[in-house]
Amino acid sequence: MAAHRCHFPALVLILWSLSVFIVADVQETTRLTDTGPSAASSQQTAAAGEPPAAAETRRQPPEEEDRRWEATEVEEAAPGDAPSDSQTSSAPETVVTPSQPEDDFQEELVIRPLHSGDIYASFQFRTVWDTDFMGGKKVSHYRLFPKSLGQVISKFSVRELHISFTQGYWRTMQWGQPFLPSPPGAELWVWFQDTVTDVDGTWKELTNVLSGIFCASLNFIDSTNTVQPSASFKPLGIGNVTDHRFLRYATLPREIVCTENLTPWKKLLPCGSKAGLAVLMKSEKLFHSSFHSQAVHIRPVCQDWQCKSTSWELRQTLNVVFDLHSSGQGKREWSLFKMFSRTLTEACPLASSSKIYIDVTDNPQGEQFELSPATPLLSQAVVLGDRRTYSVYDLTQQATFGSMRSLNMLLRWKSSDGDMMRPLLHGERYVAGYGLQTGEIHTLMYNHHPYRAFPVLLLDTVPWYLRLYIHTLTVTSKGKDNKPSYIHYQPSKDRVRPHLLEMLVQLPPNSVTEVTVQFERALLKWTEYTPDPNHGFYVGSSVVSALVPSVVAMDTNSTQERPLFSSFFPSKEESSYFVRIYTEPLLVNLPTPDFSMPYNVICLTCTVVAVGYGSLYNLLTRTFQVEEPSPGLAKRLANIIRKMRGVPPL
Amino acid sequence: MGLLSDPNRRRALISMLTRLNAPICVVCYMAGVAWFMGLAFEPFTLRTYMSENAMGSTMVEERFPAGERALATGREFAAHKKKVGGMPVDWLVKTMQSQGLEVFTQRFSRTLPFPDENKERYVVEGTNVYGILRAPRAPRTEALVLSAPCSPGNNNNQAVGLLLGLSQYFRNQIYWAKDIIFLVNEHDLIGMQAWLEGYHHTNTTGMDWSPLQGRGGSIQAALSLELSSDVITSLDLVLEGLNGQLPNLDLANLFYAFCQKIGVLCTIQGKLQRDDWDTASGYSHAVQTMMLMVLKQASGRPWGDHGLFLRYHIEAASIKGINSFRQYKTDATTIGRLLEGMFRKLNNLLERLHQSYFFYLMPSLSRFVSIGYYMPAFGLLAVILLLRALDLWVQLSALPSRTEDGIADIEQVSQTHLGVLSVLTPLVISHLTGVALYTLPIRSQEMAVEHFPVFETEAVVLTAIAIYTAGLALPHNTHRLVSGEGTEQGWRVLKLVAVLYLAVLLGCTALINFSLGFILALTLVPLAAFITPHVPKLLSALFMVLLSPGCTLFFSIFFFQELQETPVNLQEGWVLFLSVISQGILDHSLYGSLVYPLVALLVYPCWLLFWNILFWK
Repeated sequence: MAAHRCHFPALVLILWSLSVFIVADVQETTRLTDTGPSAASSQQTAAAGEPPAAAETRRQPPEEEDRRWEATEVEEAAPGDAPSDSQTSSAPETVVTPSQPEDDFQEELVIRPLHSGDIYASFQFRTVWDTDFMGGKKVSHYRLFPKSLGQVISKFSVRELHISFTQGYWRTMQWGQPFLPSPPGAELWVWFQDTVTDVDGTWKELTNVLSGIFCASLNFIDSTNTVQPSASFKPLGIGNVTDHRFLRYATLPREIVCTENLTPWKKLLPCGSKAGLAVLMKSEKLFHSSFHSQAVHIRPVCQDWQCKSTSWELRQTLNVVFDLHSSGQGKREWSLFKMFSRTLTEACPLASSSKIYIDVTDNPQGEQFELSPATPLLSQAVVLGDRRTYSVYDLTQQATFGSMRSLNMLLRWKSSDGDMMRPLLHGERYVAGYGLQTGEIHTLMYNHHPYRAFPVLLLDTVPWYLRLYIHTLTVTSKGKDNKPSYIHYQPSKDRVRPHLLEMLVQLPPNSVTEVTVQFERALLKWTEYTPDPNHGFYVGSSVVSALVPSVVAMDTNSTQERPLFSSFFPSKEESSYFVRIYTEPLLVNLPTPDFSMPYNVICLTCTVVAVGYGSLYNLLTRTFQVEEPSPGLAKRLANIIRKMRGVPPL
Repeated sequence: MGLLSDPNRRRALISMLTRLNAPICVVCYMAGVAWFMGLAFEPFTLRTYMSENAMGSTMVEERFPAGERALATGREFAAHKKKVGGMPVDWLVKTMQSQGLEVFTQRFSRTLPFPDENKERYVVEGTNVYGILRAPRAPRTEALVLSAPCSPGNNNNQAVGLLLGLSQYFRNQIYWAKDIIFLVNEHDLIGMQAWLEGYHHTNTTGMDWSPLQGRGGSIQAALSLELSSDVITSLDLVLEGLNGQLPNLDLANLFYAFCQKIGVLCTIQGKLQRDDWDTASGYSHAVQTMMLMVLKQASGRPWGDHGLFLRYHIEAASIKGINSFRQYKTDATTIGRLLEGMFRKLNNLLERLHQSYFFYLMPSLSRFVSIGYYMPAFGLLAVILLLRALDLWVQLSALPSRTEDGIADIEQVSQTHLGVLSVLTPLVISHLTGVALYTLPIRSQEMAVEHFPVFETEAVVLTAIAIYTAGLALPHNTHRLVSGEGTEQGWRVLKLVAVLYLAVLLGCTALINFSLGFILALTLVPLAAFITPHVPKLLSALFMVLLSPGCTLFFSIFFFQELQETPVNLQEGWVLFLSVISQGILDHSLYGSLVYPLVALLVYPCWLLFWNILFWK
């Protein structure tokens, strides 16, 4: 560890750059009817070094990771969330009338057809409120912002709250990177204000309250599954307190997500599920899918570009992947109705913007699939290091709904070929070995980049009942030992806290890095087993956070559609983008007593102890001899005298 | 227990036990054998029942429709197999991918310690192909496996076809909660071993394999399918796995329940179930079925591809389709529906199969004998050894008590020193012989091939037999090492040690593999009980050789063939004997079967100790 300490400045540097580059994007919007696709807007402004909070514009798909290159048309609403950088030209709000306190609601749906034939739908709802929960006066008048969450923020002095409920595992190798990653089960991480004195107590209360709000088993979060990561989870909102004493992170990999979690989540929306995009959220369809993830993110953002005061941003996201074979009946044809069994008729009246984006990047000439009704709007953005093109449907325009007064987009594939680009970063994890005594956790991290190495932060939280042998920790890439430049390890305490292992590992290009650590399975007390002990015990996902070199920067030889002068330096646009991936959770069997026959066991043990062991012990430890009848008084006296005389007794 | 604490009564008890030792031993032996034979009698056995609630009441519907298409796929597979001359890897990958599975391959290679003549292989190289059906909204923590071997020749094509048909059908269903892995393994058990080692990233047998790319979490259960004809008359369930391990009885119950539900004839050990338990033929049928299971379990080898899963605590069974001359035939759709039903029930499992028995014998598919019922049979045999040990102990402690003066004591001390030496020498030498029997056959095969006109396999087997036989000359060598004459007390001490050794050895074996322990006890206990240096030498020596582990194996082969209704003559029996020995050695080095080392390193030396006693001078 001492040797690693000298690398700490390097880590800090990386973390700083991580927070710098964490969010950026490129966006170009063109109105085809006006100027044609080549007419790029002239108002390009570069924004560098902005904090993640400022990264999103209301027209953008819900990616939180790209630096911004922005171009806007007058017709389009200008970026509304004040970026903190000083260069972006921030257009004034045109939709929401300025009033105090000002709140604003936006909704959007991004649909990305996947190469496997599945379809990925990502909802995102954003409520921004220019208020200060932390100020002296009590906030009691709520309009769009849900009151239950507002009270939680002010009562527990929450600075940032991220909670996700996921059913299923995101298949990175088939689906690419998700817009918002989340581990299977429930994940909760919270940054508290630095005014909080008893963080653990507040955390405990907060989890119980959230458990009630979201109808989930978050009350099972206690000290045995809570950790304080030192580097992996940095605040996404404004503020520069990064003391991880105020951070709490916990996952519940076993949490099952279903309608009872969806309903309270929908109730947080201003329009509920009555109008707008939320009418599509029918649980019988949302849960007839391969992947379902819903999340709530609360963070402070800048109110305007000067960033003198903060607003609170609530982001509700819902990601679903529909399966080609089980929900799509094997036909490569998707429509809103087929996905959600509903069509759209209106936007949410409270929303300042309501849009549907469809990823048409692989389909510039319409040769892959056919999209109907066609839309005149196109939008470009760099998402996850890749330049994507989107068709945009603006639900606030009546023209979008056509004569039928309802929008039912239809995607029909013409050909099924075409390869997905392999995701550059990919991880998996498994338990090796057999038997119920020891085992080995293998974590594999793949770097598919052909020539660039990049560092990743690996966070492993392992429950205490798997006793890690940390001296067996090995990190190997390409058959060679790969020494992590930073290791933060907090050993577990039985029944109190889990193991926490954080490492900064450099992944060599085009390689697999394998992290292995052996463990021993503890024998629990009989009351500590879950009601179904033979199911096994869960170990939460590892979290891999990385700055991945951008795909746009990857093709150094591509000159198409770009002027030559722009393509000399390889990293013309973003050099890297932030990605967080989660590995699969593990299911580990612990040595389990046979609970089905306690009576037999008790009887047998008692019998063996009482009869077998007892008597054997008796026989072994005692000597048996025939006892002489005790001599009379006279004889005893005579013996004493004979003893004094030195004569042998009678 | 006051009985033992009271010296007078203890003395009385012990004198009774020593006086009546021989009759009690005979009675125990008879009772043990009788108890064992009684296990197959139907009124004494229990009817199987589903213990796992998750698989019991929730009935599932079987809708698999595409048996014909599966058979067509099987024919296509056969054509590609013939064209490639082995595993059609590319075709399988493409087919599985088009069904929407995640497909991965694994290459493996293994050089056997000596050529396997039964399967004609020495350097084995192959590829396993497996496709993972990812369960919707499941976090990749649990998986089920359906495997079919890609066998040489024209075998098992229908199994692969049905596997692919099922994978296509399963892929379109929404209800899966566990990932399902469809595995086509090449070179049967070797491929399966490579895949399992790769999946669990262990290497117990020194095989080369490429690491697996995709996994589905912890495997909960596995079924292996073997099917070589388009229609079948019955399905046979194979349970016996490596080292005599058995899957949870609920897996057998599940199979039986679905056979009943769908109306497929099902067998175990290839024997149908009969209702006439009260007739002699019905009883002998049940005994035969149970004896087949005992013999198979005692062999310690995996009797199907499922056998290797059991080491990893994965409940697994093989299902074999049998096409005989019966009128009533079952088509592939029905088998598909049966498998679908089984998989849907396994999919419903919340916990691993653990509710039912892991130790059992089955006299028929609907009846079972649990460990609590069969263990007394072994216990009755094992108690003979303890009684003999008690007798010897009493005799030994009675000897010195006769002399009372100090001179005798000193003599006695020197005698015990000699006694320790005279016990230790045979122990060490017989175990060294055991080590030679374990190591030399494989190590010296090249030398044997050079000097004798034999093949490697024969060389290994014949070396083993030669060492085994050479061990019979041991008593003379032992005595040369020990100076002086063996005393009356010496052989008693040696026998006491040997009897207790055998008791512990058999007890441990029977706990792990009852059948093996019982068969060994059946033969070794009588000789351990009666052997002394004073019995007629020649007759006893013949008797001992006949009851030695090697001859037990020889008889078991004849018995097994007889039970399988394929009797063999002496010549064929001998050939079979040789191949069984080579298989045993191969099973040990390929899959880690423990029967060969157990016999070579422990049972055979123990038997040699008794041989030593017989020739005590």
